[in-house]
Order: sequence, then structure tokens, then C-alpha cells
Amino acid sequence: MAKRTPLYEKHLEYGAKIVEFAGFLMPIQYTGIIDEVLRVRKGVGVFDVSHMGEIEIKGPDALEFVNYITTNDASKLELFQVQYSAMCYPDGGIVDDLLVYRLPDKFLLVVNAANTEKDYEWIKENKRGNVEIENTSDRTFQLAIQGPLSERVMKKLVKEPIEELGYYRATEVEIEGKKYLLSRTGYTGEDGFELYGDPEEACKIWDRIMELGKDENIGPCGLGARDTLRLEMKYCLYGNDITRDTTPLEAGLSWITKFNKGDFIGREALLRQKEEGIKRKLVGFEMKGKGIPRHGYAIYKGDERIGEVTSGTYSPTLEKGIGMGYVRIEDSKPGTEIEVDIRGRREPAVIIKPPFWKNASHK
Amino acid sequence: MNIPDGLYYSKDHEWIRVEGDIATEGITDYAQSELSDIVYVELPQVGRKVKKGEAIGTIEAVKTVADLYAAVSGEIVEVNENLKTSPQVVNSDPYGEGWMVKIKMENPDELKELMTADQYKKHIGQ
Repeated sequence: MAKRTPLYEKHLEYGAKIVEFAGFLMPIQYTGIIDEVLRVRKGVGVFDVSHMGEIEIKGPDALEFVNYITTNDASKLELFQVQYSAMCYPDGGIVDDLLVYRLPDKFLLVVNAANTEKDYEWIKENKRGNVEIENTSDRTFQLAIQGPLSERVMKKLVKEPIEELGYYRATEVEIEGKKYLLSRTGYTGEDGFELYGDPEEACKIWDRIMELGKDENIGPCGLGARDTLRLEMKYCLYGNDITRDTTPLEAGLSWITKFNKGDFIGREALLRQKEEGIKRKLVGFEMKGKGIPRHGYAIYKGDERIGEVTSGTYSPTLEKGIGMGYVRIEDSKPGTEIEVDIRGRREPAVIIKPPFWKNASHK
Repeated sequence: MNIPDGLYYSKDHEWIRVEGDIATEGITDYAQSELSDIVYVELPQVGRKVKKGEAIGTIEAVKTVADLYAAVSGEIVEVNENLKTSPQVVNSDPYGEGWMVKIKMENPDELKELMTADQYKKHIGQ
């Protein structure tokens, strides 16, 4: 049976349309996807992302271990800094993409909901050194407060000087005597925060944020808006744009693949791929006409099929169809004219230099 | 959910309103709500002969796409040109401004195969 997040009752109260996603009953939308996307681009919106997985790594060898299972260099993390990273299989295929938090007594890995169990098992299988691995997902709620006006709302919620909190930095905050982890992170491209805490407090915090954000016209946003916002930034979604059959190098994630940090799972295969050169690349493209690309549609150049759409949507911000997909490396340059097979009709599109939305407010 | 009496409903979530031998067709409140934000509607050429159940148009929403099927057979005599620039009226007024096509029916007996409002409510589990 599908799980409920601690905020399930709030979603019903706010009139959400509920769908099952990654084993959870989640709000797909409240007022409408376009409305919610524009709210985050122009103001501030709140997402329940309590379905996300949290895995903690503790112990004297925690840093070495985290560095061994992830592709980015965790040793570069300062205390309370956050890093985007990936975990790979030995062949370079991706296990998951994740956030790594360096906290005083542990590393916190925040992983995709659909992968939490798989990741937890994978991390335990590859355990090295003196570390403790714990899946704390059920003991954590997570809210994302996103948009250019998010700081204004969060300043009313917490006493700490969060205007000083940098992008991809975290801090401990206290709200009514309870401690929470707050980071300046998100999946929307806008300035924003993610708040982690005790599920028992989730509804109270939700109500508080909605109350404090009234002047900013705050509102709840669902998974539909979340997916659209991330796609407008060309951020990858695991299961669509990155999978066990794609590598970080092909996905344009070489910036989180650090070969000089020492050994990590997948290093050898990825190094070989880097030396030989990748054969395909994940690109972003926008439609020239009215078509909307969707997952699975074929991509053509002339008569040749050069790839397939991995994610596609109508972009409310740009008011056109946008998508991502893997194409042959020789056809991957920005400006390349391609065609997408939209239900039997070839519609022209052009590969863009990411992101799609270039005026995002993230710090 | 708004399912008005006096209209005919298809299992594919189209409604039609019959005036003489002209059937005005659109999608139901349930359908627009399931699709959510509609951003493009592609409609057939006027003059096209269509068969009941034939795909005659495309409805693109932000996250999904659906076919529009002819609820009755006949000739397309008019399409809602306003949807080219204001597709969102299908969401806000599915039985009014959001109408899609007018079909000159060739076989009014087909109406018997469509549902009443009460039957359609059952069909969508209401």
C-alpha cells in the first residue's frame, strides 16, 4: 500500500489532486501546474518533498566512504556545505543522483524517493571501513520553499540570519524550541530553501509558513510543477534523463565526476569512457512550433534517427515545448537543427545551450 | 464535478449537445480536470467526414496529451477557432466557450449508443 507523507492531510485540505509516486500518495497539483510554476518563478511556493530518502553515514571513516561511493569530491566540503553528486555502478551507469550534506557528526545523503531502498542496499553492500549506515527517511519530513521571495518568508520563520546563508550551504535553525536542518538548495533554479525535521512537526510548520507567507502570496505546489521547473533548468531526473544505462559523462555531469580524488566506484569505467570520448550526450532542445515533446518520442536529423526524448513538457515560463534527450555526440552542439517525431509528425526543434530559463534567481 | 443533464456523453469523455442534426462536441469537466492545464488544441479541417470513434483532434496539456474522438459520425461543419489562441477556456468552461467541433450528423441513431448524464457519472465513478 502506498505510504502517506506527514503532510497528506494538508494536501487534501488544500485541494490537491493526489497521485501515487515512488510508493507515496503525493500532490501532483493544487491550483494548476502553470499557476504553480509561475508562482515559484515570480514569488514563492511550498513543496512537500517528504518522500525523498535520507541516508546517514557516521563513523571515523565516513568521509573516505562517502568519497568512495559518490563521484563528486566530498573532501572539498566544508562543515554545513552541500554538494550535488552521483553514485555509480562499476560500469559507470548511474545508481542515483543525490545531495551530500557535511554535518558535524555525519554525512547526510538525500536521494530520490523511488531509489531509497535500492540506494540503501547498494551503500550497505559496498560498506568499507568503520562506518554506520542508517536509513532515516521515515523519521524526516522535508519541505522545499522556493522562489525569489522565499528568503522574505523564511526570515519570518527563523531567528537565525539566513540572508547570510550561501547557495548550497546549510545551517541548524530553531523554531519554537525544536531543531531543524535548513539549506539553501532546491530543484527549481530559483532562490530557495529546503527544511528537514521531525515528521510530528510537519503540519505545524506547513501552517506556519503558509501564514507567514500571506503577504508574498505563498501557495502550495505539486510534483507537476516541480518536474516542469527542474526541466526548465535542464536539471536531470533519475529514471528519465539518467539511469543505470547512462553515465555522468554522457549526462553532462562531468562537473560532479572528480577523477583526481582517488578511487571511487565506477572510476575506471568512467576514465576509460572519458579517454575514448563519449558517443552520445544529453542535450536540451526547444520546439520551434507548437508541438510538445514527451518521454520516448524519437529525435531525427534529416532521415536519421539520432536519439530519443527522455523528458519533455510545455514550459509555462518560456511558453513553448521543451525537452531533453540523448543524441549522437556529433549532433549535440547548441544551434543544431533537429526534428522530433510528435505522434507521427516531424516537428522542428533546435538544441539550446542550457538552461532553458536563463533568468533564474538562485544565489 | 459538473456533468450537466441534457447532454450526451461518450466513454472517451466527450460530450455533445444536439440541435437539429448538428452535434456540438467538447470534452467533459472530468476530462479537462484529468488533463489539467491545456495549452494547445488541434482540430480537424471543416468539411472533413468523420466516423464515430475516429481521432479527429489532439489536446495537449502541460504534462500529457490526449486524442479527441468523434462522438458521432458526420461532417465537420465548424471548429472553435478561438481555441487556437485561448486553449485554457477548455479548462475554465468545458461545456460553453470550450466547445471544440460541430458535426452535421449522418446517423442520429448513434445517439442511442451514448450515455446520459447519470450514466456518465457512474462511468467516472461519481
